[in-house]
Amino acid sequence: MTSHAVEGTPRPPRRLGDRVFSSLVTAAGVVILITLAGVALFLTYEGLPALTAQAAEIPGADSFRAYAWPLVYGTLLAAVLALLLAVPVSIGVALFISHFAPRRLASTLGYLVDLLAAVPSIIYGLWGIFFLAPRMVPLYEWLAGHLSWIPFFAGPASTTGRTIFTVGIVLGVMVLPIMTSICREIFLQTPRLHEEAALALGATRWEMIRMAVFPYGRSGIVSGAMLALGRALGETIAVATVLSVSGVVSLNLISNTNPGTIAANIALKFPEASGIEVNILIATGLVLFVITFLVNFLARAIVGRRAEFSGAN
Amino acid sequence: MAKSIDVSDLNIFYGDFCAVEDVTIPIAARSVTAFIGPSGCGKSTFLRSLNRMHEVIPGARVEGKILIDGADLYDPEVDPVEVRRQIGMVFQRPNPFPTMSIAENVIAGMRLNSRKLKKAEAAEIVEGSLRRANLWTEVKDRLDKPGSSLSGGQQQRLCIARAIAVQPQVLLMDEPCSALDPISTTAIEDLIHELKEDYTIVIVTHNMQQAARVSATTAFFNLAGVGRPGQLIEYGPTTKIFTTPENESTEAYISGRFG
Repeated sequence: MTSHAVEGTPRPPRRLGDRVFSSLVTAAGVVILITLAGVALFLTYEGLPALTAQAAEIPGADSFRAYAWPLVYGTLLAAVLALLLAVPVSIGVALFISHFAPRRLASTLGYLVDLLAAVPSIIYGLWGIFFLAPRMVPLYEWLAGHLSWIPFFAGPASTTGRTIFTVGIVLGVMVLPIMTSICREIFLQTPRLHEEAALALGATRWEMIRMAVFPYGRSGIVSGAMLALGRALGETIAVATVLSVSGVVSLNLISNTNPGTIAANIALKFPEASGIEVNILIATGLVLFVITFLVNFLARAIVGRRAEFSGAN
Repeated sequence: MAKSIDVSDLNIFYGDFCAVEDVTIPIAARSVTAFIGPSGCGKSTFLRSLNRMHEVIPGARVEGKILIDGADLYDPEVDPVEVRRQIGMVFQRPNPFPTMSIAENVIAGMRLNSRKLKKAEAAEIVEGSLRRANLWTEVKDRLDKPGSSLSGGQQQRLCIARAIAVQPQVLLMDEPCSALDPISTTAIEDLIHELKEDYTIVIVTHNMQQAARVSATTAFFNLAGVGRPGQLIEYGPTTKIFTTPENESTEAYISGRFG
């Protein structure tokens, strides 16, 4: 064997520029991990006392689980409502921009959608409470009057409109831009070849979109929805502004008694919290952190399930 | 089933730019017609005008007349979607749908035509089309694998199977072998020979030997000059075009003394 074998695998010479660049991007990657680890450590360390706290120390509940559950429920409910409203609209707007609108209108519209993302969330909150909520009241009354046999609309209807449903709409509007942008980009990247394959088979525009554009954009749509869900789960101030909270777990979307959300609850309670109460709030933050992780894993799993068919190969 | 095509005084435009000028050519049913000519002379553009694929490009339009068995292809009443269901197309680069399995790819067109396809019927069409495309024995054990898992030549034959599964009246092929190796090319040329019994086939090719091998009629396209529209220089029986063409530039092109 040559001397190389003694020294281990021979390494090809590497340029200085390559080495510098690869260290830089490695460092960037490591920063993300450190930040995440830092947040997780802080949440765990500060939150642990809450998990072992005495029943008497927890405000308004017998145990941490009983305290956190309505908040988890409210957080998920508001976020799911937001996604249910935002996903179809985003896909529609993105498709319109990428495949239907004339070029000039498309770029203007794309620009406007991006502009929506720049509006601060307190503005959305104020819009929600002063503009949207009062205008939703008649709808809620109608729903409570006519569809009260559906648990979601059991009523009695809120007189202020500050319901979880209104929050869902506000969050839906807030997550619209990010999701639309991602869908638009991915739809625009559909290979012309696949689109023409569908058209040449005699597909209508809509059939072409179903045969070529959606399958190709599937993972992008899911990623966009997950980013949107992340924002909806973590949104604080808009929810805190709009929602009238009473800590219940109910399917009723249109009444005055609504579950709070984790982030909004922290924002509302933190200024007056002390001692173990702070730990409890931080522990709910840890729960939110874990939920976000789970949601992301789930999304990856969905995208990865049919990777063979993804079009990436 | 196969139909003849009659093109007269056809001009094809991209916006204001005239890409192909004044084409008049009859295309016989149940035979292979080859279009040859230098790059950019409008062969593909002309081919795409025959199944109204040309107009999917914004601003693209056509003047003149194309008759398919006497019926005007560009009549305002005619639905381009319906046209494309009857005039199949195979592209230069194989383009199976990557998110569909081999079997799904074959019946993709059928699914558009009739939503309700019984399982047995579908299986029959898949097998029949793949057999006709000489691909069945190679893929019969992995019909549920993605179409993109096949080699380039197999993918192209899959695309041909997909195109003929809907039993079109005409099959347009836009340089179907230009991305393939000689063995796959032979496979596809053999296939063209078999298919011409039932279909009217129009093929664009840069490979003159290929045109000579597969076609009964050859049409030569050329550019009048840079930035000028492409034109049909002459057409005729393939043997005549390749031995005693009437036009000097055809002679120059086929003998390799071009430009």
